[in-house]
Amino acid sequence: MTDISSPNRVFDVTSDAARARVRKRYRAEARFRAYGIAAIGFAALFLVALITDVVYRAAPAFTTSWLSIEVPATPSDIDPKGDGSVESIASGNFDAPVRARLAELLPGANDRVARRQLNALISSSGTEGFRDQILRDRDLVGKTVNTRVLLSDDADLFVKGQATDVVERAGAGQLTPSGTEGTITLSGAPPLRVSGFASADPSTLVRISGGWVKITGQQDGVLTGDVMMPLRDTAAADWKLVTFETSEGSRRLGDREVVWLQTLTEQGVIERSFNWRFFTNGDSREAELAGILGALSGSLFTMMITLVLCLPTGVAAAIYLQEFAPKNKWTDLIEVNINNLAAVPSIIFGLLGLAVFLNFFGLPRSTPLVGGLVLALLVLPTIIIASRAALAAVPPSIREGALGVGASHQQAIFHHVLPLAMPGILTGTIIGMAHALGETAPLLLIGMVAFIVDVPSGPTDAATALPVQIYLWSDLPEAAFAAKTAAAIIVLLLFLFIMNGLAIFLRRRFERRW
Amino acid sequence: MKFATFTSAAALVLSTVVLASGAQARDQIRVVGSSTVYPFTTAVAEQLGKAGGKTPVVESTGTGGGMKLFCAGVGVDHPDATNASRRIKKSEFDDCQKNGVTDVVELKIGFDGIVIANSKSGPDLTLTKTQVFQALARELPGADGKLAPNPYKNWSDIDASLPNEKIEVLGPPPTSGTRDAFLELVMETGAEGVPALKDLKKADSKAFDKVWKSIREDGAYIDAGENDNLIVQKLEANPKAVGIFGYSFLEENASKIKGATVDGGTPTFENIASGSYKVSRPLFVYIKKQHVGVVPGVDKFVEEYVSDKAIGEDGYLSSKGLIPLPAEERTKVVENAKAMKPLGAEAF
Repeated sequence: MTDISSPNRVFDVTSDAARARVRKRYRAEARFRAYGIAAIGFAALFLVALITDVVYRAAPAFTTSWLSIEVPATPSDIDPKGDGSVESIASGNFDAPVRARLAELLPGANDRVARRQLNALISSSGTEGFRDQILRDRDLVGKTVNTRVLLSDDADLFVKGQATDVVERAGAGQLTPSGTEGTITLSGAPPLRVSGFASADPSTLVRISGGWVKITGQQDGVLTGDVMMPLRDTAAADWKLVTFETSEGSRRLGDREVVWLQTLTEQGVIERSFNWRFFTNGDSREAELAGILGALSGSLFTMMITLVLCLPTGVAAAIYLQEFAPKNKWTDLIEVNINNLAAVPSIIFGLLGLAVFLNFFGLPRSTPLVGGLVLALLVLPTIIIASRAALAAVPPSIREGALGVGASHQQAIFHHVLPLAMPGILTGTIIGMAHALGETAPLLLIGMVAFIVDVPSGPTDAATALPVQIYLWSDLPEAAFAAKTAAAIIVLLLFLFIMNGLAIFLRRRFERRW
Repeated sequence: MKFATFTSAAALVLSTVVLASGAQARDQIRVVGSSTVYPFTTAVAEQLGKAGGKTPVVESTGTGGGMKLFCAGVGVDHPDATNASRRIKKSEFDDCQKNGVTDVVELKIGFDGIVIANSKSGPDLTLTKTQVFQALARELPGADGKLAPNPYKNWSDIDASLPNEKIEVLGPPPTSGTRDAFLELVMETGAEGVPALKDLKKADSKAFDKVWKSIREDGAYIDAGENDNLIVQKLEANPKAVGIFGYSFLEENASKIKGATVDGGTPTFENIASGSYKVSRPLFVYIKKQHVGVVPGVDKFVEEYVSDKAIGEDGYLSSKGLIPLPAEERTKVVENAKAMKPLGAEAF
């Protein structure tokens, strides 16, 4: 050991200049740490903002609204053949008794248009639960059954408070209605302070004698209005002023439907429950029926095909290139190409899939099989690169030790190097798969961007994938699909968290130190 | 050797899957085509699925892409029907004939309006097609009659009655069927309203076509992508901007945006159905007659689509935003569909 400090210069570490330099270095370090913390904080802030936003938007999609009512199971409707057989009941008309019951609860819907509006409160498949209930217990035919009927998406949005706010105030004095139905006048009212009665203004209604009147004009203490729900009688009575804050022109539900839903809410027949349907149904054009299961299983089958294909091929390629291949210009060329392939935009793989798998091999369109093949091509370079890095990280002493006790080259690699490299290979694979899970572009070209209702039961059934489902729902005009889109994003994120969690678990479980 | 076993097992599984799929006949209807017709065809498909049998698969590929797939040939590898937001072109029809798709049945299902809309907080717009053309064309004839780059910066430069705001229009990209329809319905007729261009049409119709088909690229017109919801969101954020999209988006988002009056017609359901709002286009579904009986359910699909409960006045498609055909025309479409009368060359 030689003394490298110059004998000519003397360093006085206690001098002021030296102390100042030390302080400066400490300050620089403190600043750097602060930058680091700020960067992480910034990233965390964005992540929290993103997730909060998505969760907030998705929340309505996880609950669903039902009408819990007593419906008479009229035999003439639900048992058309009259023999009580399963076939007869399955073909029965379950809408009719439910609609009749609803009309009882909400009197006044007498003309055809009003009837149709009333029926539109119920989902087009709303009475399926009622049917299943009767099919389970056929003795119920002819009795009155307590059942649950699914509400339509627009009604559901109102129940969740997303259509309009309803503000109720007590009115001064008493009003005298001129009739109980149709267009009536209400006399004795104080002047109402409202901006107007057009469809662009908040709707003004009066509740009196058990009925609802929509106000369309006022003059000298006389209010003119249309009856939305019939009044009991024309006696002077106390009244309440109700305002629907969102104007009628600005929402999907008309005033009449809002009145009905408000009445049903007050009758206590609307209940909300967890939306299991979202996890058990395929896609649908009716927002209240649409579910994620089709896309979820499509993604699972696609990932399965991808994994089965690219793990063995990728690892075999990595082992050969890393351990066996001679170093010459051919292997160099292959290596450069693999690195380039990892950076090729994913849509190119979609075009390749279209040309090769669909047009040349004639595989079926829109299937997880083709999706998996295309994504396998996409992930393969990532897996090869990660596996080679993992193999290279195994210390040479392990290899040399195995060779030293007489193992063949292949035995040394398969028995000793590969098991030690496995955690790294698996991590690389799962991260590659997580990347593939989020891909939409290549699936676009092989027909997986499609409306598919049936939940796929195998890799050759038509299917979509989770990110594609998000894209499709985000493009639909119905307001309720916005919440579905956010909910699908949460499902995709959970899927990703589980995959990444698995990667961490495998690494911890099999990690070996030497 | 564990690894080798795993590899061979994987290869075996995969080859079985591939072989099994290759031999499979199709028992599910496949529909491709326009994204504008997609919301309607999917609703029909779902109804068909509920009635029993497999729900048809509907893919959104765009009208042109759909036609290409549809006309590629006959057999289970090719789709059974395609959605179109415009009529089939002569060239596409010839392509079909060439590939053996000889019997194509045309179903006209209804109308879609194209609206020019802005935020509720923006000014009310009353436009004519010629004004829209002047706002969006790349080149306009100058005082000397020669074509020059579009000089208009503000709406009020075109006509004093329009607001003094920068021209900023968000619209569909060139790949979109909405864009094609917008060009034909607004830009073409709008160009005819400019005297110098009317003369040009007589003298050189190709040069005229080029004028109305070119939309300015100096920033006044912004390609907003295929997602109409995105345009609605951008309009809401920027009251000065104007957007172009399908009528159903105006209907669904009536709380945020309002439609401009074009040539005296306001974009409402009634006006589009009656034809007094001129910026509307017919929507079509084309069926491959040769697949009836080969792929189960094609005839049922047609039956469901033209049924009164679907495309009728109060059908479920009208609640999805489709504007129904007038009663007479609908009767003709239904008759045509029942007879499965294929399109002939004389139709063009």
